[in-house]
Amino acid sequence: MSALYLRRRITNAAAMTLSMLATLVGLAFLAWILWETLRQGIGALDLKLFTKVTAYGEDGGLLNSMVGSLIINFIGIAIATPIGVLAGTWLAEYADRTRLGESIRFLNDILLSAPSIVMGLFVYTIIVLPSTALTHGSTTFSGFAGGVALALIALPVIVRTTDEMLRLVPSTLREAALSLGVPQWKLTLQILIRAARSGIITGVLLALARISGETAPLLFTAFGNNYMALNPIDKMSSLPQIIYQYANDPGEAMHALAWAGAFVVTMFVLLLSLASRLILFRTKVSHD
Amino acid sequence: MPAIEASIMSTDILEQRSRRDARNERLFRWLLKGCALIVLASLLGAAGATLWGGRDAFGTFGWHFLVSSEWDPGNDVYGALVPVYGTIATSFIALLIAVPISFGIAVYLSEVAPAWMRTPVASAIELLAGIPSIIYGMWGLFIFAPFFADHVKPWLTSNLGNKPDDGKLSWVAGHVPFVGKLFGSDYPFGASILVAGIVLAIMIIPFISSVMREVFQTVPTRLKESAYALGSSTWEVSWDIVLPYTRSAVIGGIFLGLGRALGETMAVTFVLGNAMHLSASLLDPGASIASTIANQFSEAAGLQKSALMALAFLLFVVTFVVLLIARLMLRRLASKEGR
Repeated sequence: MSALYLRRRITNAAAMTLSMLATLVGLAFLAWILWETLRQGIGALDLKLFTKVTAYGEDGGLLNSMVGSLIINFIGIAIATPIGVLAGTWLAEYADRTRLGESIRFLNDILLSAPSIVMGLFVYTIIVLPSTALTHGSTTFSGFAGGVALALIALPVIVRTTDEMLRLVPSTLREAALSLGVPQWKLTLQILIRAARSGIITGVLLALARISGETAPLLFTAFGNNYMALNPIDKMSSLPQIIYQYANDPGEAMHALAWAGAFVVTMFVLLLSLASRLILFRTKVSHD
Repeated sequence: MPAIEASIMSTDILEQRSRRDARNERLFRWLLKGCALIVLASLLGAAGATLWGGRDAFGTFGWHFLVSSEWDPGNDVYGALVPVYGTIATSFIALLIAVPISFGIAVYLSEVAPAWMRTPVASAIELLAGIPSIIYGMWGLFIFAPFFADHVKPWLTSNLGNKPDDGKLSWVAGHVPFVGKLFGSDYPFGASILVAGIVLAIMIIPFISSVMREVFQTVPTRLKESAYALGSSTWEVSWDIVLPYTRSAVIGGIFLGLGRALGETMAVTFVLGNAMHLSASLLDPGASIASTIANQFSEAAGLQKSALMALAFLLFVVTFVVLLIARLMLRRLASKEGR
């Protein structure tokens, strides 16, 4: 009996130690990655990053990539937000428990982790190739195509959060409005979406955080550009794309620039996810 | 009399209004449904576009495309075996590392850790999921791969591999089949299938562990309390009560991680070395489907472009099936709870 007891205690102690070690391993890698990004990134920070374009190479900065990233992300969010919010509303308010609604909700969850590079190739096929045909053969990569690719990645995130947030709105609110004779579309637009507003904003911020680090779909859509491009129908550089290009360059100075870009992207993404958490936290408290 | 006129007018107005409302309602409903159908369209479109783009490659090589390891742009001959093998090998290594670590994290955070520690540590682990994949790629390329090449790889090749630096075959490599081949390498750099697998493992740990932690918390307390009351240890409760209760969702979480690992592009492209030849060694460079597309697509033309599209189609179909299984498994636990 006591031998069995001892063996069980030892097994338990070993398992608990291992589980703690697993947690430490996870935290250690987080710390390692963040530490290196901070160290190398801050070391490479320089004013020229924000004032010069990438055309100067080693002596240049990342200005056009940062502006390009902002434009492409803006296009992506501007396309994905209305479509995503309306689609999420349909799932939560009109199609809950219908067969089509359930299937779309299910497929949306799958899209949430679908490989982003395939989405890039999809947009390449539906936007870059046709516009190339229109301009008689000169390949027309564009910031707009990049924005559409990012929109396709942001869309499922926004659909999912909108759907979930609307389903959290108490049904007494719906019943109260309907009993006053308010039509359902007015109820949805003026009451429900307003009640779920902060949750929906959180979803949009999360989607923005998700797409601002995306690289793969931009390689064949926005492509890249060494000069400043403000018109979305031009080829456009973006931070992730320039990081990819510079990190694969043999030059040390290029690596420093890539680290600086990586630092900017990481800070942006982490601040966004922090902000979205804070918004969600605040609403949770105010509902209590 | 004016009172009657007013009431007639108001019924007119009411009728008009309700007609307008009904029309708006229909329009609004169609608008919403259209937006939801866009979600469906993007899924079908991605599959359709890559299948259509890859039709030349599928047509030219047929089934041979799947089993040929030749990838020769010079002679315009393409086979998918090398990238397919690389994708499967890296994802499998990633799961092998990530599943036990994620389980440990989930057990620690739901059963062992003091209450004040749980939320901050869980958020920190989830932070790993928020880091963009290109950052993992840079860290892997500049920090982890050199570290691996200097400190881990020499030990692996000389103690487990069949091509040790000092020429003396170790006991393990001599007596256990396959191990020598898996860890033998003449190649001096860190970038390899094993390193790509490790980086992928770090990337999918937050996904798997957060699913596990969430479902572990759904286990009814009285079930766990009963086991504790009978004298079970924390480990026995986790392994014999919590895990069987949540089994389908745990498998769902693992498949979710697998789906992520299969489709991951940037991190893998940086640390896989991008060599289009088949090697039995985990310490040699390789290629995955996503890394091959990322590397070659912008310079490809004709049949090569079509072959890359065909690869993308394969990747999309495989991840779709894996994620489908994941969601179905996750759903099974939810229906058990009556949600």
